[in-house]
Amino acid sequence: MSSALVPLAILMGLVTYPFRAVPLLAPGFERLPERAKLYLRLVGPSVLAALAAVDTMVVKSEAGSPSFRIGWEWLAVGLCIAVVGFRRSLLVGLVLAAGSIAILRATGVAPLP
Amino acid sequence: MVTTMAAHAESASGTITLADSRRRLLLDSLGIMVSASGFGLVYGLSARAAGFSPLEAGAMSVIVFAGASQFVAVGYVLGGFSWLAIVVLTAFLNARHLLYAAALAPYLADKPRPVRAVMAHVLTDEAFALAIAHFRRIGRADIPGYWLGAIVSTFIPWNVATLVGVSIGGSIPDPTRFGLDVIFPAAMGGLAVGLITGRRELVAAVSGAAIGVAIGLAWDPAAGIIAGGVIGPVVGMAVRARPDEHAREGQLAFGPEPLHEHAMPYFPQRAEHAHDDPEAGLP
Repeated sequence: MSSALVPLAILMGLVTYPFRAVPLLAPGFERLPERAKLYLRLVGPSVLAALAAVDTMVVKSEAGSPSFRIGWEWLAVGLCIAVVGFRRSLLVGLVLAAGSIAILRATGVAPLP
Repeated sequence: MVTTMAAHAESASGTITLADSRRRLLLDSLGIMVSASGFGLVYGLSARAAGFSPLEAGAMSVIVFAGASQFVAVGYVLGGFSWLAIVVLTAFLNARHLLYAAALAPYLADKPRPVRAVMAHVLTDEAFALAIAHFRRIGRADIPGYWLGAIVSTFIPWNVATLVGVSIGGSIPDPTRFGLDVIFPAAMGGLAVGLITGRRELVAAVSGAAIGVAIGLAWDPAAGIIAGGVIGPVVGMAVRARPDEHAREGQLAFGPEPLHEHAMPYFPQRAEHAHDDPEAGLP
């Protein structure tokens, strides 16, 4: 069994870990000014919304250039968000999102990605 | 339906307990677990198609444990790119974890350094989303809750699915047929909604999404996510909070001010939950 790419995995891990660890291990993060605390409080909703939106709306071509995607996946993700907003239930939202897009694909309404 | 997510109203009124929050975390984690399994499977299949051995694919999932950069590595290895290019791109793609760690840091300041060091390794999009919602609900860190979101729901499914995908390969049906590809963005969007507790959070979320898409289209999706995460909060801070939000913000530094593990609970406990032990196991 080949292990030639294991050193690459280690290098990738070495450049990833500091981003995850420095704020957790560096002293003083708990004594930030109030403005900085407010900023960090807003990071959660902001970055998660960005992740959801970019993952749903932006697609990269084979050549690597990004383009805007309009598809049934919007409906599925929007459905989940609406369920969470109204019923506060992520699990139900996810089941409905995956179920709806699976049905649309199975019936040929929505193409496979 | 009993399954509910973080509800700000409950946090603000002080009726949520550690046990309640853990139950919600557990339910939220189920969807994340399915998502991590589906993506891990697709990653394993991609790695197999690119000629990775199970050891190589597994090493990446254990050591790097960051889906987007692992997919890129598969594509770049297949395309014959240099390792330097792959490593640089990995750093770029994973820079957003800095934001996650910074947002969690105040909650974890009093935890032992070795524990924080391990927590850092398993800090992913999913782990952050689950942990920050849970911590904000209860007003302090909860290490068992963090392990549930980071390891049980994400690390283990991701790694098991990687090995299944790279070992079994073509006999597995395409996960996209079952809609598993929409679970990740749906989960991230849903968890973002769970963190919206006022006008500022709402504006930060909408701005983050809009900026992310704009930069993602103009430059690169990974850059869009980072830009949305960095600039969205700035826009949110520029918005005036409603008076009732101001009153809460005195109490909500990151949600409620992080408490020490053994401190008295921040929220007034309901009588029926007064016995809840912060160190108790998961329900």
